[in-house]
Amino acid sequence: MSITRRKFLGWLGAATAGTTIGKTANAASNKQFSGYPNSMGVLFDNTRCIGCRKCEEGCNKVNELPAPDKPFDDLTVLDTKRRTDPKAYTIVNRFDAVSNANIKGPLYRKVQCNHCLEPACASACFVRAFTKTQKGAVIYDESVCVGCRYCMIACPFEIPTYEYDSAFDPRVMKCTMCSPRIEKGLLPGCVQSCPTEALTYGKRTDLLKVARRRINKFPDRYVNHIYGEKEMGGTNWLYLSAVPFKEVGMREDLGATPAPKLTAGALSGVPIVVGLWPVLLTGIYAMNKRKEKIAKEETNLAVAAAVEQANAEAKANQKAEIEALNKMKQKEIDNAVKKALEEAAKPEDEDEGDAQSEKAEKKPSEEGS
Amino acid sequence: MSDDAATTGKPLFTPFNVIAGIIVVLGLIVTVLRFTAGLDAVTNLSDYNPWGIWIGFDLLVGVALAAGGFVTSAAVYLFGMKKYHSAVRPAILTGFLGYALVVIALNYDVGRPWRLPYPFIIQQGTTSLLFEVAACVALYLTVLFVEFSPAAMEWLGLKRARKLVVRLTILLTIFGVVLSTLHQSSLGALFLIAPAKLHPLWYSPYIPVFFFISAIIAGLSMVIFESTLSHRFFADKMDEAHLKEKDTVALGFGKAASLVLAGYFIIKVIGISESNNWHLLPTNYGLWFLVELLGFIALPSFLYAVGVRDKNIKLIKWTAAWTVLGIAINRLNISLIAFNWHLPASERYFPHWMEIVITVFLVTLGILAFRFIVTRMPILYSHPDYEDH
Repeated sequence: MSITRRKFLGWLGAATAGTTIGKTANAASNKQFSGYPNSMGVLFDNTRCIGCRKCEEGCNKVNELPAPDKPFDDLTVLDTKRRTDPKAYTIVNRFDAVSNANIKGPLYRKVQCNHCLEPACASACFVRAFTKTQKGAVIYDESVCVGCRYCMIACPFEIPTYEYDSAFDPRVMKCTMCSPRIEKGLLPGCVQSCPTEALTYGKRTDLLKVARRRINKFPDRYVNHIYGEKEMGGTNWLYLSAVPFKEVGMREDLGATPAPKLTAGALSGVPIVVGLWPVLLTGIYAMNKRKEKIAKEETNLAVAAAVEQANAEAKANQKAEIEALNKMKQKEIDNAVKKALEEAAKPEDEDEGDAQSEKAEKKPSEEGS
Repeated sequence: MSDDAATTGKPLFTPFNVIAGIIVVLGLIVTVLRFTAGLDAVTNLSDYNPWGIWIGFDLLVGVALAAGGFVTSAAVYLFGMKKYHSAVRPAILTGFLGYALVVIALNYDVGRPWRLPYPFIIQQGTTSLLFEVAACVALYLTVLFVEFSPAAMEWLGLKRARKLVVRLTILLTIFGVVLSTLHQSSLGALFLIAPAKLHPLWYSPYIPVFFFISAIIAGLSMVIFESTLSHRFFADKMDEAHLKEKDTVALGFGKAASLVLAGYFIIKVIGISESNNWHLLPTNYGLWFLVELLGFIALPSFLYAVGVRDKNIKLIKWTAAWTVLGIAINRLNISLIAFNWHLPASERYFPHWMEIVITVFLVTLGILAFRFIVTRMPILYSHPDYEDH
């Protein structure tokens, strides 16, 4: 395989276009979405939570979810770590090791959808089954869901669950922030049933202020961080904790980049590929075709020239041959004439001999003419 | 596979046919179970692990290994490397069957497969990379079908239709390269949204480029690998041109694969540098990453180069198989092995045996379809009544 300069340039161009994929399109952009104004949220304060599971019960009731295997007042379920599942939009986990000396007893963490300002699930869904409402809830439309479960891959908080046991109409199940209730001005089920005000419902901007105030007032009681203010670009659900969030099973390595930004670069490469590849590839094709055409023309020219030369040579040869032939024949005639003359000159020749020599003289001259 | 009962009248109960038959029967039983009792009955999928081997192997590996179609047709029709012409049809056929199986596997995996057209006809989720993948795979499957169709038309004697399709060759090839570039890279880009779940050594902003480049490697290696197998089992179907060009294809594609692997190695190292992940190499995941980087990228690049230099066709063939395995491992690393690496072992995924049955069942269907087609249609030989295009 020989690489010509033209081919090499073509490949170089192709490689250059290829590298445009994967750049971050909005890296230098000043566009930022900090949530819908006046959107609502919930603040969870784990220093106030007593692990009574009343929120789980409230959630189960208002969302009409199936009854749990063990009743809600059975607190032994807290002995094992749990996660959200298709029958429970929210669960509470207990953490016994507490590193804050100002706090007595175990700490609890409530798990449910955090309702991201820019939700990963909504960004990942290829049929737009998720919607971020003006009130702040991330809701799901089962009537269009194909069931690819990419939302579950995308969610950094591992919240969405799937009804794997349903053969005909499996759904993604997750907390809706009780969107139908908050649209009507009611509290979310969990907030309403919390007996200790560990959950506070309100405008997200107000909740941030409340949380900040609590941290400032009791600096020994809280770590100086509002979880959800910046995580994954911010969430409508916010958390205060007595211990580093890692210790109550919350990831601290998620970063502040909203999920849609993570894929924006790759998506921006699509129109570039669609626009440039056909031009480039047609160009490479055309160059190769032209090269072939020129090569063919050159071959044709060379062949024609060779044929012409061969013809000319053949003609010259023919001429020379004819001349040589003529010369030979002339020589024969001359010889014959000479012979005849010699014979005629012989004195003892008879009449017969004369007649014969006459014939011999005539014959070659006839042929020669 | 060495004999073909359908056309030669040889006995039906060959070892291959018996094993394939058992797999097909098992596959059909699990299929019924899957569609009547739900995913839970046949898979180990969970809320932590929503994607299993049907995505990791059937989709990601399947699409990568089916890249031979666009690589070969681009080389021959666009880059003018006509000496590889005999490799085009087998590569297109492998690609077409590969993508067809991917789509069949998706029907098993998604919860409501009858809604698969929804993203196109009901609501378009254009912010999703999965939308791009779905659109490109659907279009490319169509392109591959049309590209493959002349062989079927020659078999059926549809001369006029064939002439029409053959005229579209260049257009289809360009379309195929555009679509392949997009969805091969987007399959990697699917994981860009989950930096918190994929191990940092495999997570990289360059992951779409990694996927595209490694798909080219997979495509080149699969052409060599597939031609080795075809030659072993269907040599009687090959005409002189195919038999003669076989080694040319192995040498040429081996050379290209060696070069692309070298480039891939370099960008993978740049990837570690870009994220400054050097400190992760001396960990367990780091060692596994090095196995992939050195054992399945650097090593085959070197072996291909040696094979081409020494004209050692045997070495090239083995390297092709090794490379194909390496690309499969890479896709499984990203979707399953290094995905959810932060979770405790009890919450990790391991495929249910019935998931494996379905995967083996689908691969078997592919092999059976390949055999059915090459024993009937002009794939490994040129049809005497038609000119090459």
